[in-house]
Amino acid sequence: MKNRLKVLRAEHDMTQKDLAKAVDVSRQTINAIEKGKFDPSLVLAIKLSRLFNQDIEDIFIYEEKSLPND
Amino acid sequence: MFTFRKMFYICKVLFTFCITLMTYIMTSQKQRTIKLAMWTWSWVATLAIATFGPKFIWDDHQLLTVLAVSVNLANGILMIAANRNFFNALDELQRKIHVEALAITLGLTVVAGITFSLLDITNLIPFDAEIGFLVGFMGITYMIALFINRKRYV
Repeated sequence: MKNRLKVLRAEHDMTQKDLAKAVDVSRQTINAIEKGKFDPSLVLAIKLSRLFNQDIEDIFIYEEKSLPND
Repeated sequence: MFTFRKMFYICKVLFTFCITLMTYIMTSQKQRTIKLAMWTWSWVATLAIATFGPKFIWDDHQLLTVLAVSVNLANGILMIAANRNFFNALDELQRKIHVEALAITLGLTVVAGITFSLLDITNLIPFDAEIGFLVGFMGITYMIALFINRKRYV
């Protein structure tokens, strides 16, 4: 799953540490989400969407994996 | 026999040290980590007292032995509670890293433990399969699994 977290964070002039503190997680977690290594829980996604005043779908972009040919 | 006992305690101390160190490095919950470390070390200390006390300190006085074992048990329960508090304070990624490491540790310990026991039963190893080895194995496995998981996600 891709996300626009890094862009939004930059737009709001926040560091990873600031964002982590705002949504009550560690800086490493924010870093892992930004790098796409970790998908956040629904609760964390809602917290982030409320913080940036955006819909979840506008922050997190779910991409269907290409299915193998039948 | 004493060598195995010694080995048992070295493994236990190693296990405790590994967990304490890794959890301290990986989390910002310093206070809870320190609390957990304190309970773990005190549990190891009370275990050592309960094990060696009857022989070296109070000369097999039964009441004191029962008291020492009870203190160790109570300390162990409080250590588990501290561990639970520590886990509850982790965020979702940290918890995922720890849970995956625990799953790997549990699986490997069961497999390695049974194999180790089999080796002892079939006399393929020249010594007894002491639980201390398994505890040491758990500590090392957990430490490596945490390290690898941390590299994967962070």
